[in-house]
Amino acid sequence: MRIGIDVGSTTIKYVVMDDLGNIIHKSYERHLSQITEKTLDVLKTVRELTGTRQALLSISGSAGMGISEACSIPLVQEVFASRIALKNLLPDTDVAIELGGEDAKILFVTGGMEFRMNGSCAGGTGAFIDQMATLLNITPSEMNEEAKKAERRYTIASRCGVFAKTDIQPLLNQGARTSDISSSIFYAVVNQTIAGLAQGRPIEGNVVYLGGPLTFFSELRSAFDDTLKLKGKCPENSLYYVAIGAALGADTEINLDKAIDTLSRMKVVGNYNSIEPLFKSQAEYDEFTARHSAHTIERVDPKTYKGDAFFGVDAGSTTIKMVVITREGRILLDSYNSNKGNPVPNVKSFLEDLYRNYPDIKIIGATSTGYGEELIKNAFSLDSGIVETTAHLTAARRFMPDVEFVIDIGGQDIKCFKIGSKGEIDSIFLNEACSSGCGSFLQTFAEALNQPIDKFAMLGLFADKPVDLGSRCTVFMNSSVKQAQKDGASIENISAGLSISVVKNALYKVIRASSPDDLGKKIVVQGGTFLNDAVLRAFEQEMGVEVVRPAIAGLMGAYGAALYASRHSNGSSKILNAEQLANFFHNVKDSRCGLCSNNCRLTVNIFDNNRKFISGNRCDRPVTRRKADDSLNIYDFKLKMLKEYQPVSGPRGKIGIPMGLNMFELLPFWHTLFTKLGFEVVTSPLSNRKMYLLGQATIPSDTVCFPAKLMHGHVQTLINDGIDVIFYPCMSYNFDEKMGDNHYNCPVVAYYPEVIHANMPDIAKVKFINDYLGIHRPKDFPKKFQQVMSKYFDIIPLEEVKAACDAAYAEYDNYLRRVRECGDDIISRAREKGMQIIVLSGRPYHIDPEINHGIDKLVAGCNAAIISEDVVSNRVEKFSVKVLNQWTYHSRLYAAAKYVLTQPDMNLVQLVSFGCGIDAITTDEVRSILESGGKIYTQIKIDEITNLGAVKIRLRSLFAAIEDNCVNSGEQTG
Amino acid sequence: MAELKHDKKSDRILFTKEMRRDYKILAPNMLPVHFKLFEKVLQRAGYDVEVLTNDGHQVVEEGLKHVHNDTCYPALLVIGQMIDALNSGKYDVNKTALMITQTGGGCRASNYIHLLRKALKSAGYANVPVISVNMSGLESNPGFSLTPSLIMQVVAGLVYGDLLMLLNNQVKAYELNKGESEALVDSWAERLLEQFSHGKGLLGDDFRNNLKRIADEFDAIPVKRVPKVKVGIVGEIYVKYSPLANNKLEEFLASQDCEVMVPGLMGFVLFKIDNRLDDIMLYGGSTIKYKFVSFLKDFCTKMESAMLDALREHPNFVVPSPYAHLRSLVNGVIGYGSKMGEGWLLTAEMLELCESGYENIVCAQPFGCLPNHINGKGMIGRIRKVCPNANITPIDYDPSATKVNQENRIKLMLAVARENLDERIAAQATKNAKAGDIEVDIISDNQGARNADNVIEVEIETSEDKPENQSAGVE
Repeated sequence: MRIGIDVGSTTIKYVVMDDLGNIIHKSYERHLSQITEKTLDVLKTVRELTGTRQALLSISGSAGMGISEACSIPLVQEVFASRIALKNLLPDTDVAIELGGEDAKILFVTGGMEFRMNGSCAGGTGAFIDQMATLLNITPSEMNEEAKKAERRYTIASRCGVFAKTDIQPLLNQGARTSDISSSIFYAVVNQTIAGLAQGRPIEGNVVYLGGPLTFFSELRSAFDDTLKLKGKCPENSLYYVAIGAALGADTEINLDKAIDTLSRMKVVGNYNSIEPLFKSQAEYDEFTARHSAHTIERVDPKTYKGDAFFGVDAGSTTIKMVVITREGRILLDSYNSNKGNPVPNVKSFLEDLYRNYPDIKIIGATSTGYGEELIKNAFSLDSGIVETTAHLTAARRFMPDVEFVIDIGGQDIKCFKIGSKGEIDSIFLNEACSSGCGSFLQTFAEALNQPIDKFAMLGLFADKPVDLGSRCTVFMNSSVKQAQKDGASIENISAGLSISVVKNALYKVIRASSPDDLGKKIVVQGGTFLNDAVLRAFEQEMGVEVVRPAIAGLMGAYGAALYASRHSNGSSKILNAEQLANFFHNVKDSRCGLCSNNCRLTVNIFDNNRKFISGNRCDRPVTRRKADDSLNIYDFKLKMLKEYQPVSGPRGKIGIPMGLNMFELLPFWHTLFTKLGFEVVTSPLSNRKMYLLGQATIPSDTVCFPAKLMHGHVQTLINDGIDVIFYPCMSYNFDEKMGDNHYNCPVVAYYPEVIHANMPDIAKVKFINDYLGIHRPKDFPKKFQQVMSKYFDIIPLEEVKAACDAAYAEYDNYLRRVRECGDDIISRAREKGMQIIVLSGRPYHIDPEINHGIDKLVAGCNAAIISEDVVSNRVEKFSVKVLNQWTYHSRLYAAAKYVLTQPDMNLVQLVSFGCGIDAITTDEVRSILESGGKIYTQIKIDEITNLGAVKIRLRSLFAAIEDNCVNSGEQTG
Repeated sequence: MAELKHDKKSDRILFTKEMRRDYKILAPNMLPVHFKLFEKVLQRAGYDVEVLTNDGHQVVEEGLKHVHNDTCYPALLVIGQMIDALNSGKYDVNKTALMITQTGGGCRASNYIHLLRKALKSAGYANVPVISVNMSGLESNPGFSLTPSLIMQVVAGLVYGDLLMLLNNQVKAYELNKGESEALVDSWAERLLEQFSHGKGLLGDDFRNNLKRIADEFDAIPVKRVPKVKVGIVGEIYVKYSPLANNKLEEFLASQDCEVMVPGLMGFVLFKIDNRLDDIMLYGGSTIKYKFVSFLKDFCTKMESAMLDALREHPNFVVPSPYAHLRSLVNGVIGYGSKMGEGWLLTAEMLELCESGYENIVCAQPFGCLPNHINGKGMIGRIRKVCPNANITPIDYDPSATKVNQENRIKLMLAVARENLDERIAAQATKNAKAGDIEVDIISDNQGARNADNVIEVEIETSEDKPENQSAGVE
């Protein structure tokens, strides 16, 4: 008899096989992290069912390692176990795709055996699907049913769960259909698996689907079939392949009674990194609660109140908060609810209640804030909408008028800001998509461990040895928690550890603080997550300061909005009255805006009386139908300029150039050089989603930046278009602009041609010129270039090459000059109109709309003019920075930041591609240059997909702060 | 505290001659044996250097606190280790300087020193001077100079370190008396330090004799050579070597009953020197510089040969390929211009490991390491084309990557490796049986030249349209 046990990240499976290899018993269940207990149960059940004392037994699975060590049952690595099972049961398999709770695996069985598992930064698996279903407020199997009804597909990030979540949230908030989102989620899982694991190897032949998600969700299988263009097979016992493999791979007779005995006596050792407990005694806790209970807002009984009142709504990403206050700021009513994917019905029923039960309360001002600000404002005809940061600051001042720092941790966001000496917001910190260790994160863990959230958090208060879980994103945290469980940490200590990690994440990842002095002494903490005493205590402990937590910490956004409403009320409100509310009607339709190349997916909300609200748009065009004014946006100008470099047919044939990365700036150079030499230069078209998908299967490293990943699609497009020579040189060095200590390209820009060469199968079909070229040495370049070209073509006379090179250098200079002239023009016209000027900085390739996601349009929509860093980077003398200034593109950032300091009407916004290692260095330095001159630093992280909602908040906060500062400084001087 | 002098241009605090007299200099640790030897060499040159050995949780904590969390893990650890040391109270912070290397390459690593200064400022140690050890003319200090003689001594220390590490790995897995090999490493470290303090062992015959004796003594350790899974470790240089960074990877592999091969540090040094020559060849440049750099390269090559020669006398040992061979392996696979970080050398080391029987490879890198996107993960597919047996697992390291995840992936690689090994043993057995041997002896003793069985023929595609740019550029 053979027994195989598979202890995965979320489930435990076992099979018992007779000597002929027939499965006689099997079972599959969730273990809810009770790994030891469940394994013990399994062993006991098996012992009972079979009556045998000895059996060939082995254990497998990611959570099985600990057990295996503890009771000396041999381990069969899980992927290897699948392979053993496949070999026995389905020997004609070519490729197997296995998705588990937290792991994704692809096994290439034939044609060079290769097994791959997802790296540590990838979560598009079972746990991810569960999380998404929770977000949609349905069960995973309902999600599968929903997906069948899908009509359209949204693009959802396929990098990791957290990203996807931030993509889905805004869709929900905009009112997208559940069925469409459900289907999109399955496709996201497929894309993630392929992008992360195929790495250039085609998935073809007999494909087998294994593991829970692929067994349970037919729509996931069809998404795979559809994407891979084949029909995969989900075999019988597809849940049990690992267990079967473990059984078949077992080569040691194990005494079951002995194993049961060892396991039941297994002492939990608690051998893990731990930190100080949150509270050492009840007395300490009592003192703490007493101190914090002081910060309350007076309440007024709504039943007896008669008169004017103000309504504030904070439609957050996962929750909706509403308050009604009196003119003095006292609270009449409040509500805090999960928005269940749609905030509209919540507000409707709140208002209905209000009108029905409290007819004497008269709303004379109503303001909304948060993600759903505009939706709610339009739906219920509120008087105003304000950006969240403003709302929170307004509320915080109510508790501490001279507050220096506000930190708000909500369900999905961390928002922090520092308040300067003049009462202006002088730095804003928002969490990046990849570090959202926030409220929903704690909730997800609570649910995974089968605990209600408030109870779960309380568990940690008196934990004796909280687990140190570090400060990274949720996906990492999953495995840290797994490790902690393996090391015997109790649920109390894990709970405390998670609360502490939320705080560390906010402090070290988002704020980048290293001491309390960075934040100031007067701190207000708020947001639903701080209602959790463990989180609050962890924050005070970590920073060594006592902070103010308003009793209404979770309602602060709504309260701030209501305060704003009361200050700006003109005595009456437009808000829908009881009668209008009775006729209220809300329907959602999707469409695509075809007015420009961004092709925004629009969500059209239709309300009663033909009222309409469109969301998803970047600019005003679909709403106003007016053509946006592009003239003050250098991003547009640059794209237009690149279009001028059209193919000119020539005697030497065609050369294709993939338009990505540094080509965005060097096209003028190469185009001129090759055209002069008689080549017809054909460029790949502007990037789009489809093009990315075309190349995604050949990406070897899933953590490289998105601009690099896009390159695969560009090269593939050229090949598919029949171009047979592709020019994409390696370049360690860029032009020396004499602003730094060196003039490198970053490693990815420098050598990505090597990756293309090594990983794209079709590259063998073309002449791929990826030699190393050094344009930084104009004197040497022509000769070197001639040598390189002579490897691929008949030798070109040096004189001819020299002349072409001269023209190329001249054209590059000319291009830069034109960019700068255009920039000058934008600046002066903006000044005539009194507009703010934003230096939207990044790298040359950030002008690609598929990379910047139309953020330039968003900025323009805020009525600002846009220039890029290269327009002003030559306007300062060389200066020293506190980092090694050795990359050409990055030197421009420092120089631009320095220049912005001298211009009152300019601000810098830095675009950062996710995964850009060098920007870990530049962002801190750019921030410190800007802050040294009293400017606000704004960073926008962008990736394959970007949550434009978060970007909007950032930009609006910036503009609100600029406005504030203008007002304040006006007051000061006036 | 000595008087603080600032560099005029960058405003950094200089390490002055006065400081050289009474400052303690703390340096990070990457390779325990090597760095111990370097420490001695530097002490002899008049610098009160101490290589840090503090590790543990606190190091990571300090790193997380003071370094941008998206920065590479090695920066976080090295800086965390230094700050933790300054915090420890063991050193007079008014009389302590820090030392860190700077390669001047295009990857983030050249920025460590700046990140360190930022971190020092935020941790309240703004007055602690930092010495850059570099050969790119990046930062200089009046109180510290890398003289030619010092460089030569450091290189000698490096060769000893490489040899001890190499032999220890090759013997440790098979020794009959556990711990004997480690003990010999310690004993040699002691002996070398003793010699160094008398100005001996660093040059000429002294040096060669030592190398020879080291090899002899390791070969004399009684071993039982059974076929074991042989694993090579490559990757980002700090994570590859430092147990602090790679969660004691070598120890873990040993516990899984593997023989480990970690390519030495000399390859990296030669690679970095060679980069300058390649730059001149690829893009043009000064012939004077070319000659000077060539001289340095020749010197290091000679030192490398001395070590390889010592090994060649012992058929029991796998002799690693010389740098020149590593270089030739990537011809047609990746260009020599790819020089940032570990550059093409990383690809070359993987190919070389496959060639010498260590086709099971852990490619260790910090999470998000830029050069590794290219030379590590980016080249694995290509390496497998050249060498279909290659069984490579890339592992990311960072403060919150968990051991469970890492070990699970390594175990997968090992499961495949074991299967391959079993097949090879079985094939060998059939072959032997056919040849008439009745007993299948899979256990060979000290006599067997065991590399012979395991060597896999590797044919490198030489792409004809990409000849090496040898002659070009140097007039």
